[in-house]
Amino acid sequence: MADRKFSKDHEWIEVDGAVGTIGITDYAQGQLGDVVFVELPEPGRKLAKGDAAAVVESVKAASEVYTPVSGEVTAGNQAIVDDPAKVNAEAEGGAWFFKVKLADPGELGGLMDRTAYDAFLKTLA
Amino acid sequence: MRYMPHTEADRRAMLQAIGVPSVDSLFRDVPEAARLKGPVDLPPHQGELEVERAIAAMAARNLGTASAPSFLGAGAYRHHVPAAVDHLIQRGEFLTSYTPYQPEVSQGTLQYLFEFQTQVALLTGMEVANASMYDGASAASEAVVMATRVTKRDRAVLSGNLHPHYREVVATNAGLLGIALDAAPPCPDGAEDLARRIDDKTACVVVQNPGFFGQIRDFTKLAEACRARGALLIVAVTEVVSLGALKPPGEMGADIVVAEGQSLGNPLGFGGPYVGLFATREKFLRQMPGRLCGQTVDADGQRGFVLTLSTREQHIRREKATSNICTNSGLCALAFTIHLTLLGEAGFRRLAALNHARAAQLAERLEKTRGVEVVGDGFFNEFAVRLEGRKAVDVVEQLAGKRILAGVPVARLYPDRPELADLLLVAATELTTDRDIDALATALEGAR
Amino acid sequence: MSTNPHGTITGNRGLQLEEPLIFEQGADGRSGVDLPEPPKVKSRLGGLERQGAIGLPGLSEPQAIRHYTRLSQKNYAIDAGMYPLGSCTMKHNPRLNEKLVRLGGLADLHPLQPVSTVQGALELIDTLAHWLKTLTGMPAVAMSPAAGAQGELCGVMAMKAAHDAKGNSKRVRILVPESAHGTNPATAAACGYQVEAIPADARGRVDLAALKARLGPDVAGIMITNPNTCGLFENDMIEIGRAVHAAGGFFYCDGANFNAIVGRVRPGDLGIDCMHINLHKTFSTPHGGGGPGSGPVVLSAALAPYAPLPWVVHGKDGFALVEQTEGTARSATGRLKAFHGQMGMFVRALAYMMSHGADGLRQAAGDAVLNANYVLARLSDVMSAPFPGPCMHEALFDDRFLNGSGVSTLDIAKAMIDEGFHPMTMYFPLVVHGAFLIEPTESESKASLDQFIAVMRGLAERVKKGDTDHFHQAPRYTPRRRLDETQAARKPVLRWRPPAPDKQAAE
Repeated sequence: MADRKFSKDHEWIEVDGAVGTIGITDYAQGQLGDVVFVELPEPGRKLAKGDAAAVVESVKAASEVYTPVSGEVTAGNQAIVDDPAKVNAEAEGGAWFFKVKLADPGELGGLMDRTAYDAFLKTLA
Repeated sequence: MRYMPHTEADRRAMLQAIGVPSVDSLFRDVPEAARLKGPVDLPPHQGELEVERAIAAMAARNLGTASAPSFLGAGAYRHHVPAAVDHLIQRGEFLTSYTPYQPEVSQGTLQYLFEFQTQVALLTGMEVANASMYDGASAASEAVVMATRVTKRDRAVLSGNLHPHYREVVATNAGLLGIALDAAPPCPDGAEDLARRIDDKTACVVVQNPGFFGQIRDFTKLAEACRARGALLIVAVTEVVSLGALKPPGEMGADIVVAEGQSLGNPLGFGGPYVGLFATREKFLRQMPGRLCGQTVDADGQRGFVLTLSTREQHIRREKATSNICTNSGLCALAFTIHLTLLGEAGFRRLAALNHARAAQLAERLEKTRGVEVVGDGFFNEFAVRLEGRKAVDVVEQLAGKRILAGVPVARLYPDRPELADLLLVAATELTTDRDIDALATALEGAR
Repeated sequence: MSTNPHGTITGNRGLQLEEPLIFEQGADGRSGVDLPEPPKVKSRLGGLERQGAIGLPGLSEPQAIRHYTRLSQKNYAIDAGMYPLGSCTMKHNPRLNEKLVRLGGLADLHPLQPVSTVQGALELIDTLAHWLKTLTGMPAVAMSPAAGAQGELCGVMAMKAAHDAKGNSKRVRILVPESAHGTNPATAAACGYQVEAIPADARGRVDLAALKARLGPDVAGIMITNPNTCGLFENDMIEIGRAVHAAGGFFYCDGANFNAIVGRVRPGDLGIDCMHINLHKTFSTPHGGGGPGSGPVVLSAALAPYAPLPWVVHGKDGFALVEQTEGTARSATGRLKAFHGQMGMFVRALAYMMSHGADGLRQAAGDAVLNANYVLARLSDVMSAPFPGPCMHEALFDDRFLNGSGVSTLDIAKAMIDEGFHPMTMYFPLVVHGAFLIEPTESESKASLDQFIAVMRGLAERVKKGDTDHFHQAPRYTPRRRLDETQAARKPVLRWRPPAPDKQAAE
C-alpha cells in the first residue's frame, strides 16, 4: 500500500515490479454515483501517459479513466465489467480497472502520495 | 388573440410586480439597433375560419392519392389506417406531452415505447431495438456510423438496390466523418455481387430488402461473407409491411436492421414526418444511437419504465456522443405501435398477404399489357416495369393529366442515368382495387 | 396483483388504472382490424416466405382503445397543466393545426408525385419559408432538417462547405460557450471539428474578451445560443458577429430560444450566418412525447449556396423542386433525409403563424418574457437567482437556497409533481449549480402562474422548516413512484420476452 500513488484525475496506481495496477479513487466513485457500466482497454494496447484508457458510466455521467503512466496493457478486471457495482463498493480495493507494464517508471515521480492526494481533495471541497 | 390568456389588466399587474413600466423595457438587453419598433411585414392575426380557408385552398390545388388511382411507392406507401389510430394519437396526454425524462409522470409514453421496441425487434428478427429515429434514411446513415464505431473501420459498401435517398443521406454523413463509400451501381434485375467488394477495411455492407426496384433476396450468404471478414451486414427495409410475409433480416444474419415505419399508422403526408426503426444485436447495445426505454421497478417495487443508457447521448457525452440526434419520432412511433397492436399477428400477416396478392394481380395484368414489360420476378408489393420506347417521366405526367398517379419514374431519382429512363416503379397495397389496376393498364397502353 | 401499495385487489386507485403490456393480453387469432380475404394468386415471394410466428399479440379494437387510453392517463401533458420546462418551450398546441394537417390534398400526398399535382403543397412550403425569412431577416432557408439537431448539423455543414469551397482546410475548430446545450458540441464533432469551450462572464453571458482572444485562422466558426441557456440575451451579439467575421469565421446561432424574440428582433440584424428554428418550440408543433420535430435553418447570403437538398423554387410553370445534386457546385452539402422535410410540421407551423400574424407573434414573445420575469420577480426572495433580471423567456435559479437542507433540486422537482405541476428543467445549464430553469411560455394565464408561484414558495418554506422527508418520499401520488434508474442501466431490459416455458418461441 505504501507504493500507491494518485493523479489529479482521481486515478490510483500501485506498482509491483514492472507492472502497475490502476483504478479510480473512492472520491471519484462517490462523485459518479451508482456505476452502471465499465469499458476496459484490450490487453496489448499501448498507452501514453494521460491517454483515455477506460470508460466508467453512472446513470447520469460518463467519464474517461486516464492512465497515469505510459505502457502496455497486460490485463483488465473482468469482475467490474460483469458487476459494475463493485466499483462503488471497493474502488480502491478489488475494483481495479487494468494493469500496465510500465514504459517509464520515472513517470511515477509526478504523482501524489496519499497525504498529498488527501490535501488535494480538501482544495476541491 | 385566442391563444393568449392575458388581459391588459393582467399585464399591468404583472409589470407592477416586476417593477418595470412596459413589456418593451424587459427587452433592454437587446441592442437598440436590433429592436423592431413594430410588427414585421407579414399579415396580421386571423381567426380559425380565415386560416382554414387559406390552407384548404392550398390543399385543393393538389391531387391527393385518395382521390385517384395511385401506384406510388419507392419508400413511401399508402395504406389504410384504422380510425382508432388517429383518434388515440390525438389524445392530449400523448400529443402534448414532452420527452419522458420524468418517468413518474410519463409511464404512458414509456410503456408504449417499450412495447414499440419489442414489436420492432420481433418484426425484424433482432434482439433489441431503439425508440425510433427520424426516418428510414437517417436510421440507415446512423447504422453506418455505428458500424464504423463497432468495427473501428472506415469503409462502407452500399448496394445498388438501396433507395437513392438513403444512399445520399448515408453519403452526406459519411463525407463529414471521413467514411469511404463503395456504392454499387443501380441494378434493376437485382443481381449484384457485393461479397467481392468486402475487404479487411470494410465496416459494413448496406443492402435493402425488398430492393429499391422491388426485388427480394436472401442475404444469408452475404451475411456469412461479411462475418468472415469482420464486417457488419446492415439491412434496410423501406416497406415494413413486407416483414409480415418475408423471412426477416435477423434470420438472414443481419447485424443491424433499419426500416421506414411510415406504412403502419402514418399518412403519406408528402414525405414526413415518418418514423425510422433501428434494431440490432444485444452485444452492440451500447454502441446503438437513439433513445432507449428500459424496464425497472419503482420505490414500491412495482414494474415501471425509464429512459435508460442515456450516457450515450449528447447532453452527457457532448462531443463524444454516439450521435447528435436528440429526438425520436415519438408520435409517429405511437401511431405505428397502435396500428400494429390493432392488427396483431393475424391481421399483420393478412395485411402483408393482401398487399402481395394485389401486387401479383397488378403484375399479371401488366404482363398482358402492350408496351409494358415487368422486370424480374420475386417481389413483395412493388416492382419495376419497362415502358418500351418511352420515358417513364413523360408517361407519368400524361397519366397525371388523366388523374392517374401511375407510379414513380426511376428517372425522378436517377435523372443522370439514361439506361433507367424507361423504368417505372409501381406499387399496390390493400387499397388498390381492380378498377385502379384496370385504369392503369388501359392508360399505359395508350400513353406515348 | 394482490400485493400492491394501495391495498386494492386490482392495484388500481379509482381513476388510475393499472395496465399490463399488450404482450400479456394477446390471444392467437384475435385482431382489431377486419381485412378482406386475400385473392388467390401465384406467390411471387420466390421461396422467401416467413416461417413461424412473429410473436405479435392479438387484441380486439375495444381492448386496444382501452390499453392506450389507460396509458395516456399515466402521462402529464400541456393540455392538463403547466409544463415549465426551460429551453423546451411547452406552449399550447392549437387544435386547428391538427385539423388542417389531416386535410385531403395534404395528408394523402405522396412525396414523389409529379410536381404538377402538388403545386399547393409547394406553395405551402414556400409560404412558410417566406414567413421564416421575414421573421429572421435572413435571405434563405433550408427546410428539410428533421429536427433541431439536424438543423444544427445542416448549419455547421454549410459553414464547413463554404470554408472548403475557399480551399480553407486549416479551420479545424469550433468555439462553443460552456453554457451551450450538449447538441452544439456533439454537432460540431459530428462534422469533424474540434470543440473548444468559451467561458461565461459573471453576468452569465459569453466572455467577449476570452472569445476575441481565442479567434484566429484555426477557427471555423462559433455556435451561440441566443437568448442563451441561462435565459439571458447576449448583449454583445453584434460585437461577437463582427469579431468572428473579421477573423474569417462564421456565426452559428442556435435558435432554440427564438420564441423569446420572434416578431421583436430579427437575428439577421445581429449579424448571424445561420440559425435553426425548432418549429415545435417557437411555432408550437406538438412535442408528441418526444418528436417528431422539424428544424428549418435560415442562412445568410454567404451560406445560402450550401443549403442541402431539396429546394422549392419558382419556375416558369409554377413551383418546381430541385432534388438532384448532379452538375451543380452546390452538391457539397447533399441530402439530410429522404424526401422533402417534415411537411406535417410545416402545415401546423404555418397555421400557427397565420393565426398569430405579425402582431400576435410579437405579442407572444412579449407575454412569454413577461411571464418569465413575473416568476423571477415573485420567487427571487425565496429561491436564489444567479443573475439579475430582466431575463428573457425563462427564469433561472440555482440551488444555493437549498444549501445545508438535505434537499436537492431533484427532490424539489419530485415534490412539484405531487402538487400537479410538471417539473422545470433541472441541472441545466451546467454553468449553474443545481439549476432550475423555468419557462412558463405565453400560454399560461396569470392565475396559473400565481398558483405555480404559490407552490414554489410553499415548497421553499417547507425546505426551511427542515421537512426533508416530504421531499425524499415524493412523488407519492403518481402512477409510479421514483424509479430505479441504476437497475435499468446495469441490467438493461429493453424488450418484453415470453415467460420461461415459452422461451423457445423467442429465439
